[in-house]
Amino acid sequence: MLIFLLKRVGVVIPTFFGVTILTFFLIHIIPGDPILIRTGERGLSDERYAEMRAEMGLDKPLWKQYVTYITGVFSGDLGKSITTQVPVIDEFFTLFPATIELSVCASILAVSIGIPLGILTAVRRGSFFDYSVMTVSLTGYSMPIFWAAIMLILVFSVNLGWTPVAGRMSAMYWVERVTGFMIIDSFLSEEKGAVLSALRHLILPSIALATIPLAIVSRMTRSAMLEVLNEEYIRTAKAKGLSPFKVIFVHTLRNALIPVITVIGLQVGTLLSGAILTETIFAWPGIGKWMVDSISRRDYFAVQGGILMVATIVIMVNLLVDILYGVINPRIRHR
Amino acid sequence: MKRLFSIVLLAAFTMISGAAGVFAKTYVFCSEGSPEGFSPAFYTAGTTFDASSRTMFNRLVEFERGSTKIVPALAESWDVSSDSLSYTFHLRKGVKFHTTKNFTPSRDFNADDVVFSMGRQHDKNHPFHKVAGGLAYEYFNGMDMGTIIKSISKVDDYTVRFTLSKPEAPFIANMAMDFASISSAEYADKMKAAGTPEKVDLEPVATGPFQLVQYQKDAVIRYKAHPDYWAGKAKIDTLVFSITPDSSVRFAKLKAGECHSMPYPNPADLDLMRNDPNITLMSKEGLNVGYLAYNTTKKPFDDRRVRKALNMAMDKQAIINSIFQNAGKVAKNPIPPTIWSYNDAIQDDEHDIDAAKKLLADAGFPNGFETDIWAMPVQRPYNPNAKRMAEIIQADWAKVGVKAKIVSFEWGEYLKRSRKGDHQTVLLGWTGDNGDPDNFLYVLLGCAAADNGTNRARWCNKEFDDLLLKAKETSDVAARTKLYEQAQVVFKREAPWATIAHSVVNEPVRKEVVDYRIDPFGGHVFYGVDLK
Repeated sequence: MLIFLLKRVGVVIPTFFGVTILTFFLIHIIPGDPILIRTGERGLSDERYAEMRAEMGLDKPLWKQYVTYITGVFSGDLGKSITTQVPVIDEFFTLFPATIELSVCASILAVSIGIPLGILTAVRRGSFFDYSVMTVSLTGYSMPIFWAAIMLILVFSVNLGWTPVAGRMSAMYWVERVTGFMIIDSFLSEEKGAVLSALRHLILPSIALATIPLAIVSRMTRSAMLEVLNEEYIRTAKAKGLSPFKVIFVHTLRNALIPVITVIGLQVGTLLSGAILTETIFAWPGIGKWMVDSISRRDYFAVQGGILMVATIVIMVNLLVDILYGVINPRIRHR
Repeated sequence: MKRLFSIVLLAAFTMISGAAGVFAKTYVFCSEGSPEGFSPAFYTAGTTFDASSRTMFNRLVEFERGSTKIVPALAESWDVSSDSLSYTFHLRKGVKFHTTKNFTPSRDFNADDVVFSMGRQHDKNHPFHKVAGGLAYEYFNGMDMGTIIKSISKVDDYTVRFTLSKPEAPFIANMAMDFASISSAEYADKMKAAGTPEKVDLEPVATGPFQLVQYQKDAVIRYKAHPDYWAGKAKIDTLVFSITPDSSVRFAKLKAGECHSMPYPNPADLDLMRNDPNITLMSKEGLNVGYLAYNTTKKPFDDRRVRKALNMAMDKQAIINSIFQNAGKVAKNPIPPTIWSYNDAIQDDEHDIDAAKKLLADAGFPNGFETDIWAMPVQRPYNPNAKRMAEIIQADWAKVGVKAKIVSFEWGEYLKRSRKGDHQTVLLGWTGDNGDPDNFLYVLLGCAAADNGTNRARWCNKEFDDLLLKAKETSDVAARTKLYEQAQVVFKREAPWATIAHSVVNEPVRKEVVDYRIDPFGGHVFYGVDLK
C-alpha cells in the first residue's frame, strides 16, 4: 500500500509543475495587455505605460517572470491582483468557500439521487421506468446550464415565488463573514431566519449545477451495475440462494461502484468549471466568475494563482480517488 | 412588492439604533459587478465610482444630480484670476467626516483635506503618493492634471488655491470628476502613525451621503446614511448594492421585488419592462458618441471628398435600427446633444448614393478602391455590436464601389494598433468624463491628440485646433460656446469621422422609487432618492 501511495504522489509533483508552466505561459502568450485593457479608449502615454509595466514586473523577460512567480509560489505568495492590488491568495480564499458550499450541495444532490436511480434502472432494465429515467437524464446532460438556470429562475422564483432569484442571502439580513460558508455564518449570526434564507438561496443553483453530474452518475451507475449483474459470480450468488438485497447491494454494487467513484472524482473538475456559469447567473460570489473576469482583464497574477489553486485541489481530489480506488479494489494496489 | 415591504418592515425591527416608531428605509440596487476598490483616485471604471465616489465621497464642485451642470459642493464658491491661471476655492464650513471603527474625526473638513487629497496625486514625493503600490492615479494623469496643475496651496483653513501652468477652462469640470474626491487628512496622519497607511485607501474616510458598513466581494455592499451629512441626511437609511452580473437575472430580481433598480438592461427586455405595471422604464440620452475615424494620413483618406463620399454612402438610420434596437440616435456632431455648445444648426451629410459616387469620381476613384474597416471586439454603450456595424457599413460602401475588409483584434491590441495608426478606418467611440465639450473635441480631434494617438483620424486642422486652444483660455461659457459651435462647423466640413450614434441610457426602477434621476455620465446616484 505504501509503494502504491508513493507512486501516486510521485505522479502528482510533475503534474503540479506542468500546471504552473502551462497556466503561466498560456496567459502570457494570448494577446492582450492588462494595462491597455484597463485604460481603454483613453489610453496612456508611452512613458507612463513603460513605468506601469516596470512597477508590475512585466518588463522583464518571460522566463525571469516565471522564476519570480514560482519562487513566490513556494513561499506561499501568489502575487497581487493587478486590478484590486489585494493578494491573490486572499481573494481566492474570500471567494472559495462560496464555490465549495455550492459544489458540495450539488454533489450531494447528484450522488444521493444519481446512485439510487442508477441501481433502480439497472435492476428494472428495459422497463418503462428505466426508459423514462434515462431519457430525462440524457435531457439533463445535454441541456446548457445557463438556459436551465434561467428557466428555473423564471418558473420557481419569478412566477411561483417559491425561491429567491439569486445571491446567497436576502438583503434584509446582516450576516458577518466568519468562515465564508453562508450556512455556518448565518447560524453563528444572531439573525433569526438567516439560516433558512441561506438554504433557500442554495436550492436553485444546486439543482442547476447538479444536473449534468446527476445525469452522468445515474447513467454510469446503471451501466456499471448491468455489467456486474452479468458476471458469473453474481449468478453463483443467486444460485447460492442469497437474498436479492444481498446480491444487489453487497455483491453487485460494491464492484459496480469503482468506475462510479472515478467519475465522481472527475466531476469535481466539472463542478468547478460548471460553477463559472452557475455562479454568474445566480450572482454566486465564488471563484468561477472571478476567474473569468480575471482572464478578460488579463489579470495575470489572479489567473495564474487561481488556476493553480483550483488545479491543486483537483489533483488532490483525484489522488484521494485513486487511493480510495485502491482501498475498494485491492487488485489495483497490488498491480 | 409584498417582499419589499417585508424587507423594509423587518429591517426596521432589526435596526436597534433606529428611533422608536420610525421605519428604516432600505434601498436595494442590483449592481452589475464588484468595485475594484473604494478609493476613487486609483480607478476609472463606472462600477467602482458608483460604489465609492458617488456614494461615500464629495468633491469641491459636483455635477448636479441628473445633469452635467457644475454646482458647489465642498467649495461654496470659487474665483478665477484674470489670467485664468489661478483658481481659488472658498470651502464650506461645518462639514463632518464619517466616523468608522478605526477613526473618530476630531475636526471638520478643511483646506488640509483638499491639499492632502489632490496633493498626493500631484506630488510624486508626497508620503502617500505610492501607498497603494502599483496603482497609478489613472484618471488624474489621463486628464493631464499633473501638467495642468502647477501648485496647490492652503491660503487659510477654508481657502485653497490651485495655480495652473497654462490656461485650462475645463479645469473646473475636471474638479467635479470622481478622481478629485476628498478624503480625510487627519485619518491619513493617524493611519501613518499607526503604521497602516494603506488603510487610507482600503477603508477610506470621507464626507459623502453614505458610509460603507459591509463589503463582501461579488456579493453585497452595504451603506448607511451619514447622519451628519452637510446637505441633510439621505432619505433612505440603508443602501444595499446586491451584486448581480447577469442582466436577465437583474431583471428577474427587479420583477420579483428583490431590488428597486438595476443598471444596463438587456435591450431585448426593454418592451417587457415598459409593459410591467410595477416598473417604470426611464430613458435619457447618453453622454457618448460612436464613430468611424478615417486615417487622414493615409491615401485616399487624406482627401476630404473621399471621406465625405463614404459618409454619404452610409445609411446611419439603418445602423441605429439594427444595432441599437432603437436605444440610440443618429449622431451628426462629434459631441452629444446633452453637452452645452452642441451645434444643432448643422446639417448631417445626406444618405445619397449617387452624390457619393460623383464625389468619389471627382476625387479620382470612379470605380472605388479597396480599404479596411476595423471593428472592436467588445461591447460598448456607444457601439453594442461593432462587427455587425462594420458589416452594414461594408455593404453600404460596396454600393459605391468601395470594397472593405473587416479587421478585428483583441481589445488591448486593437487600442494599441489603432493608436499607432495602423488602420485605414476604425470604429471606436467615447464616453464623456466631465460634460465639457473640450473633453470630446480636444481629446479626440485636437492636433496634440493626433500625436499621442487618441485622435484616431490623426487629423490636425489648424483652423479647428486654434478654435479649441482659444476656448481653453477663457472661462466665459458664452464665449466658449461660440468657439465650439464654429469648431463643429469646421469638423462637419472636413469630415475626419463618420459620426454614427449616441446611445440612449435605459434604467428600469420599481414604482415605489421616488425621484430617481438618470445620471448623464452613466453613473448611479442615490442621494435624494426616496421610497414610497
